[in-house]
Amino acid sequence: MDRILVGLKRAVDYNVRVRVKSDGSGVETDGVKMSINPFDEIALEEALRIKERGAASEVVVISIGPTDAQQQLRTGLAMGADRAILVESATAISPLDRARVFLELVEREQPGLVILGKQAIDDDNNQVGQMLAALWDRPQATFASKLTLDGETATVVREVDAGLETIEVDLPAVVTTDLRLNEPRYVKLPDIMKAKKKPLELIPLAELGIEPGPTLTETFFEPPAARKKGSMVKDVAELVSALKSKGLV
Amino acid sequence: MAKVLVIAEHDGKNLNPSTAKCVSCAAAINGAEISVAVFATEPAALAAAAANLKSVTKVVAVADAANEYTLAATLAPQVVAIGRDYDYLFGPSTTFGKDLMPRIAALLGVNQISDIMSVESERSFKRPIYAGNAIVSVTAPEGIPVVATVRTASWAAVDDGNDAAIEQVVNSAALPDHTRFIELQSGKSDRPDLQTASRVVSGGRALGSSESFDIIYALADKLGAGVGASRAAVDAGYVPNDMQVGQTGKIIAPDLYIAVGISGAIQHLTGIKDAGTIVAINKDEEAPIFEVADIGLVADLFTAVPELTKAL
Ligand SMILES: Cc1cc2nc3c(=O)[nH]c(=O)nc-3n(C[C@H](O)[C@H](O)[C@H](O)COP(=O)(O)OP(=O)(O)OC[C@H]3O[C@@H](n4cnc5c(N)ncnc54)[C@H](O)[C@@H]3O)c2cc1C
Ligand SMILES: Nc1ncnc2c1ncn2[C@@H]1O[C@H](COP(=O)(O)O)[C@@H](O)[C@H]1O
Repeated sequence: MDRILVGLKRAVDYNVRVRVKSDGSGVETDGVKMSINPFDEIALEEALRIKERGAASEVVVISIGPTDAQQQLRTGLAMGADRAILVESATAISPLDRARVFLELVEREQPGLVILGKQAIDDDNNQVGQMLAALWDRPQATFASKLTLDGETATVVREVDAGLETIEVDLPAVVTTDLRLNEPRYVKLPDIMKAKKKPLELIPLAELGIEPGPTLTETFFEPPAARKKGSMVKDVAELVSALKSKGLV
Repeated sequence: MAKVLVIAEHDGKNLNPSTAKCVSCAAAINGAEISVAVFATEPAALAAAAANLKSVTKVVAVADAANEYTLAATLAPQVVAIGRDYDYLFGPSTTFGKDLMPRIAALLGVNQISDIMSVESERSFKRPIYAGNAIVSVTAPEGIPVVATVRTASWAAVDDGNDAAIEQVVNSAALPDHTRFIELQSGKSDRPDLQTASRVVSGGRALGSSESFDIIYALADKLGAGVGASRAAVDAGYVPNDMQVGQTGKIIAPDLYIAVGISGAIQHLTGIKDAGTIVAINKDEEAPIFEVADIGLVADLFTAVPELTKAL
């Protein structure tokens, strides 16, 4: 295939324990470490491996977000993507609008495959891939833990609650990644230098002709209910009696 | 009146308990009139089971040979074909619902609310973000349907004991053939299902091998418990993926959760926040799991777990 599109969302790093602002207006993101959403790194790694096997000629990374998301795209280029597109939007847009942006880019780029993460670990939505597949009227293979390309089709093993499900989809298709699909490579210093010369196109959201549609309003943020502090037992006998006194065994 | 359509999850034979939990969430909406849609090759028995769920007014049974397997691409157009008159379309936040509901939302041209924890009003809901480190209240716009997944761990299943009307519907939507089911490898065991078990014992990286997991199974069997695992244990190949508990695995709410040799990473804790009592066995007294455990035991699991199994 000619091309694979990969979504790279700029998200709070997975090691950061986010705090809710005391006035409930949002979560504290000032000065917090930002990274590529972990599932998107896996998506990019998979696309790069496909290209390295000779089954695709170009990998394009795409982010929708603020100007700063160029950092994550540069990291993607350093990992090995050929070019990057940032659809610039200072304010966050809804998952459906993001799917519409991806559809617009799909129409421009005519990819054989779009690989996204199964979920962004900030909003934990788990939606954009499925929405893009619906709008595009193409197959979706979500929660992929194994992807095999075979000419016009792809065979995908999916991590589902009941175990591992295998489906076959016609291409082009949307695949979303689960954690066990692969282990992303580390970026090497010389590649970071090289990545600076790779093309990164900036497209203002308005230029795509997409008017943000009605969206959910986030009205209030709060920390989760805290669990009561527990107690320690000194040995198994004490554990058993603690369980008994709670009527649990 | 608020017309709600709940999409039933099933394996062709039995309704998944997630369906009764979605009904429970739907019933929390003021003036809800709840229908359950069953898509199957032969939906009769499943429809009867859905009609037996309390709070349900109507079951819509859609028979089609294409429904032998639950493929989102095949189901979504069928849901849209019968779902246009509803104010709410709900599915569970299991892999089934997560795969399907956003596809439906996009076909209807609306956004989706993921993982409803509570219903605050007709249009306002709470949901977890950032691996459960924050809870956000969201309000859906007026005049368009609310498409949502229901966080099953937040809702108790409605009881049986109803006799709702069953309506047979012939599918009128054109179905794609670009997506084909090949096989399901299920790690089915005789133990209680992880997602619904009232007791769960989980093992982590500390177990060190799949053979060592036998001591977890032995404890679980003594307790009649389901068995789970941390991602590290799954990644290391000690147990299959369907046993993973956490942000990217299963979100569970057993009465008793015993975490053995699990450090307590936020991604794991997200999966057990709603557990009744959390017991942690870990040899490191500094392990973060002890911050959320109701009962903590600092000990080497290889001696403590067999001892516990014996003592019960
Ligand atoms: C995007 C993303 C999503 C993730 N999703 C999940 C998820 O859904 N679920 C999940 O679990 N993880 C998830 N993780 C991984 C998570 O961050 C942790 O890496 C993982 O939970 C660690 O597993 P563990 O506790 O078994 O291993 P470790 O963190 O290595 O902990 C092992 C523990 O065992 C104890 N120990 C060692 N030997 C003994 C002994 N002999 N007796 C008693 N105790 C002993 C140690 O003190 C330690 O606390 C995710 C990570 C990312 C980036
Ligand atoms: N703003 C964004 N920029 C780039 N990719 C995105 C963006 N939002 C979502 N995606 C992609 O869609 C996947 C699922 O995101 P979500 O549905 O928001 O959980 C992510 O893992 C990304 O691959």
